Amino acid sequence: MEEFIQQLTNGLAVGGIYALVALGYTMVYGVLKLINFAHGDLFTIGAYLGLTVLTALGLKEHLGPVAGIGVLVIFVMGLVAIIGALLERVAYKPLRHAPRLSAVVSALGASIFFQNAVMLVYGARFQVYPHDLLPKVVVNLFGLEIPLLRIALFVSSLVLMAGLYLFIHKTKIGTAIRAAAIDQGAARLMGINVDRVILLVFCIGPALGGAAGLMVGLYYGQINFTMGWVYGLKAFTAAILGGIGNIPGAMLGGLLLGVIEALGAAYLSIAWKDAFAFGVLILILIVRPTGILGERVAEKV
Amino acid sequence: MSLLDVVGVSKSFGGLMAVSDVSFDVEEGSIVGLIGPNGAGKTTVFNLITGNSVPDSGSIRFQEQELVGKPTHAIVAAGIARTFQTIRLFPRMSVLENVLAGRHCRMKAGVLAAMLRPPRQRREEEAAIARAMAELRFVGLEREYAQLAGGLSYGNQRLLEIARALASDPRLIILDEPAGGMNDAETQALMHLIHAIQKRGITILLIEHDMSLVMRVCHKLVVLEHGICIATGTPAEIQANPRVIEAYLGAEDDHAPY
Repeated sequence: MEEFIQQLTNGLAVGGIYALVALGYTMVYGVLKLINFAHGDLFTIGAYLGLTVLTALGLKEHLGPVAGIGVLVIFVMGLVAIIGALLERVAYKPLRHAPRLSAVVSALGASIFFQNAVMLVYGARFQVYPHDLLPKVVVNLFGLEIPLLRIALFVSSLVLMAGLYLFIHKTKIGTAIRAAAIDQGAARLMGINVDRVILLVFCIGPALGGAAGLMVGLYYGQINFTMGWVYGLKAFTAAILGGIGNIPGAMLGGLLLGVIEALGAAYLSIAWKDAFAFGVLILILIVRPTGILGERVAEKV
Repeated sequence: MSLLDVVGVSKSFGGLMAVSDVSFDVEEGSIVGLIGPNGAGKTTVFNLITGNSVPDSGSIRFQEQELVGKPTHAIVAAGIARTFQTIRLFPRMSVLENVLAGRHCRMKAGVLAAMLRPPRQRREEEAAIARAMAELRFVGLEREYAQLAGGLSYGNQRLLEIARALASDPRLIILDEPAGGMNDAETQALMHLIHAIQKRGITILLIEHDMSLVMRVCHKLVVLEHGICIATGTPAEIQANPRVIEAYLGAEDDHAPY
């Protein structure tokens, strides 16, 4: 039982990270019907920028661990949001009226560009987050010892997701995003500037993805320039699992995928960890291609 | 004074001349009908006015301001709202949210304010909700405000489109076949609604196939055939115009049943 709870909490923490990345895929798909293949690399950039900002500004020394990490998260989210906006303007906006395949190819190109840019700037070797960044506190929950960091990660991802959900559903701009996702032409006729909505989505998605990258750095301690590929694919799977284009679906899909992977790795074989994730992808595509919460696949009239 | 001036507007799609050198104006406070057989280019004219497509030549002026070349959202902000021939609501949003979306262009708060929610922002949102509810009352849908828009009856969806358009504070509202798919009682109610909109000081431009509605409601009619404006005048003049009679009788068989 203890093993199970440990794996479950671990799965939820990782699942929260998948969910944050998945939100970026699903929101962009929602408004543009485009899979932003460069999204995984924005996640990588988040992890690397986190490390740079942390060490360059000496956040921990000046502000202490908790406030330091808080400032770090805001910094990283802001920087990755700017990169996301630039990506949209440079790689996708000029192709807005081109065939969809052109934008997909552009996305793949952007992905390769980002990956290599990170490699050239930081080098191809693993980079390590400072070990003593956070005190290794263990929380005793009902007789189970769970690392505080794991709980903190899960809670922060939940907070970010709840914030996004409220933003999308309770504010005027959230309504504009949802309207643009349903019918861009009609949204324009409501006076909604759809181009700005798209730009905003390319800020929010990457900001969440960047935060997720930072979380991976903090949780596992080491990062690599290719990590965005695997996490991107897993998060993409999570988005499909929940129903692509559906925001609560991405959250649910991410958490579910994290748990499935953790339990599968613990009870069956750790070597098959990735196989479970992608097995889920194949299964969902066969059984329910629209995902758990997905509506009918959007088609333009 | 004319509110909208369409001057020599042409638009072709590939080799097809959809609209050819069409000119008409819409007086402030009037109800103008754009009629003609199917495929005459009526919806194309609407699309040109709202910036959904750009004319090849000609000029469209609204309150002395050139609209050609402006993006749609700026045209809406200038004071033109429209409904669609095929209903284009946001089906997965509530009735109230649909109207709030229509209110979007009159709300000022930016992204940061939306996230931090200062009191000013909250007041603006409350005012927007109150206004949206007022528009729902105006068209008679206030009790359905919490339902999903996609679940409304066809006639009510048309009314919701009108409420959503009114929420953007238009000076000119463009209605594309508002009575399409409505039964007689609903059409009757729609006529009262159109008059009520006019009483609010909003100018109306509409496309409609229901001739009895057009003849009773409109002050002025513009008749298109094959993209060419063949007549303009009062309903009585149009009914007596031999060219119009010919166009309509000749095209009678083309009317698709609804």
